[in-house]
Amino acid sequence: MSVLVFVNPNEGIFPKSALEVSTYGAKVAKMLGVDCHAVTYGNVSDAELARIGNHGVKAIHRASGLDQPDNGQLSKVISTAADACGASVIVCSHDLVGKAVAPRLSVRLKAGLVTGVNALPNTDGGFSVTKPVFSGKAFATERILTETKVLSLMANSIPPEEIGGTAAVQELSGEFGTKKVTVKEIKKYSGSIALPDAERVVSAGRGLKGPENWGMIEDLANELGAATACSRPVADIGWRPHHEHVGQTGVAIRPNLYFAIGISGAIQHLAGVNGSKVIVVINNDPDAPFFKAADYGVVGDAFVVVPKLIEALKSFKG
Amino acid sequence: MKLLVCISKVPDTTTKIAFTDGDTKLDEKDVQFIVNPYDEWYALVRALELKEAQGGSVTTITVGGPDHDPIIRKALAIGADDAVRVDAKAQDAYYTAFQIADYAKDKSFDLILLGKETIDYNGSQVGGMLAEMLDLPFVSLGSKLDIADGKATVETDISGGSEVLEVQLPCVISAAKGMAEQRIPNMRGIMAARTKPLNVQAPADVTPLTTITKYTLPPSKAGVKLVDPEHMEELVRLLHEEAKAI
Ligand SMILES: Cc1cc2nc3c(=O)[nH]c(=O)nc-3n(C[C@H](O)[C@H](O)[C@H](O)COP(=O)(O)OP(=O)(O)OC[C@H]3O[C@@H](n4cnc5c(N)ncnc54)[C@H](O)[C@@H]3O)c2cc1C
Repeated sequence: MSVLVFVNPNEGIFPKSALEVSTYGAKVAKMLGVDCHAVTYGNVSDAELARIGNHGVKAIHRASGLDQPDNGQLSKVISTAADACGASVIVCSHDLVGKAVAPRLSVRLKAGLVTGVNALPNTDGGFSVTKPVFSGKAFATERILTETKVLSLMANSIPPEEIGGTAAVQELSGEFGTKKVTVKEIKKYSGSIALPDAERVVSAGRGLKGPENWGMIEDLANELGAATACSRPVADIGWRPHHEHVGQTGVAIRPNLYFAIGISGAIQHLAGVNGSKVIVVINNDPDAPFFKAADYGVVGDAFVVVPKLIEALKSFKG
Repeated sequence: MKLLVCISKVPDTTTKIAFTDGDTKLDEKDVQFIVNPYDEWYALVRALELKEAQGGSVTTITVGGPDHDPIIRKALAIGADDAVRVDAKAQDAYYTAFQIADYAKDKSFDLILLGKETIDYNGSQVGGMLAEMLDLPFVSLGSKLDIADGKATVETDISGGSEVLEVQLPCVISAAKGMAEQRIPNMRGIMAARTKPLNVQAPADVTPLTTITKYTLPPSKAGVKLVDPEHMEELVRLLHEEAKAI
């Protein structure tokens, strides 16, 4: 028996999410008294693979011949590795790829799936995990009823831990099928930090009055090394691009630090950001509902407060 | 083109969530139910646009009891041609996907569309499961979708950008924001919906793979600490020393 984690390289580099699933997998393996294995594909350097070992994985199965596999092929790669190492728990990241691959795996292995898991399982007399539901307004404890379990891990749920181990790498061979979904083009947004991965986010709403006033929001984000975000109406009127819209019907984020500036704090907005560790609200209305969900608040005019905050950050950094 | 759109019923976005029966069930008192926004605004509307441009039919499918009929009628009012309801409680995503796959397996749909997730369980599971059960290609979180020459071109947001994917029909695609714009049903649509076919089917026999044993509400915040707007260096200090966030 073993625990198997799927680590997905991005242009040959393992992102933080891969280190998170490795750490999570290693901890679950320890709970069950088994080893943690990993499965990956493509051309990844030994130094990169060593980082996975360093996070508690004992063996890595790599299908090196695959280039940009689609989710159908990936589910075959992972199930082949699961067979090879007798995996009873399989973990992937709850991201674009994980969301497509985990459900396929669940069907392929007839293994119960819980997506968006945010904590280690409870293995007393069964196997239960928790996850946010109702867009973060509550949590559910789900019990998996099958022998084999599939989980997708919510970003930012467990800090990666380097434990100094090494992993043996072995080639994974098998029949992974043909590619059905092909990538035609990749477009990159210029310069910005990707919102779902950001540790810090500066977000602004209708209180900013117009797109011409976002200069200070971008300056504050630069000062903090943060990504920028916005409320839904701001994206709908076209002041900011749609991919910046956070909330129940936009991107759901869980950064360490979330600044909400000129955002009232409607329930649909809160639903997408309430997983943030620290929330700072700047609003000129002391009764704005967002203050109830905030850790720190500033009651004041954003056009006065934000420039002062930027100055304070500059002198803090020296 | 023959299109199938999966439609589910969820609590309205303004719902204050509370639980009953020893925290094992959503308290449905005073809860308004709506069509899951991702199913309605994006998957259904894009399906209708494709049908309007290229001809064909749009069928919706829902797994649920008779209490789902109002939201199914709403989808018909927006413009779907007919609807199927599998008369069973959706026990988990596997159970639900199995019912839909069982219905769709011999109907040769060109495209199955559904929202990227429901706003209640936030699972993102049914689409991928359906694709695997029906042995079809799957694209998740499409924010743009076009169909030409038997192929779908789908744009999805990736970390720091977007990618354009191509896939042969038939396939399963899950819809995210951007794929279409919400449509408000008009009076004619609402009248027409009353007489459109809503076929009720008995469920296939399958056991769920997971079960929810308990719900909990998030711990409430300790309360906001207000900082004087004249003293932003104090906010910086608190974020650094107390919150350890910078
Ligand atoms: C089905 C549904 C789904 C939705 N999904 C989302 C979602 O995913 N995300 C989302 O964000 N919204 C969503 N909404 C919309 C949500 O209900 C709110 O309407 C929206 O979040 C409000 O945006 P806002 O806070 O920017 O604007 P407003 O509510 O107009 O608030 C502006 C705030 O700015 C403050 N302000 C004004 N001037 C200043 C100033 N000079 N300095 C400081 N503060 C100032 C005001 O006091 C006010 O609090 C959804 C709504 C529905 C019905």
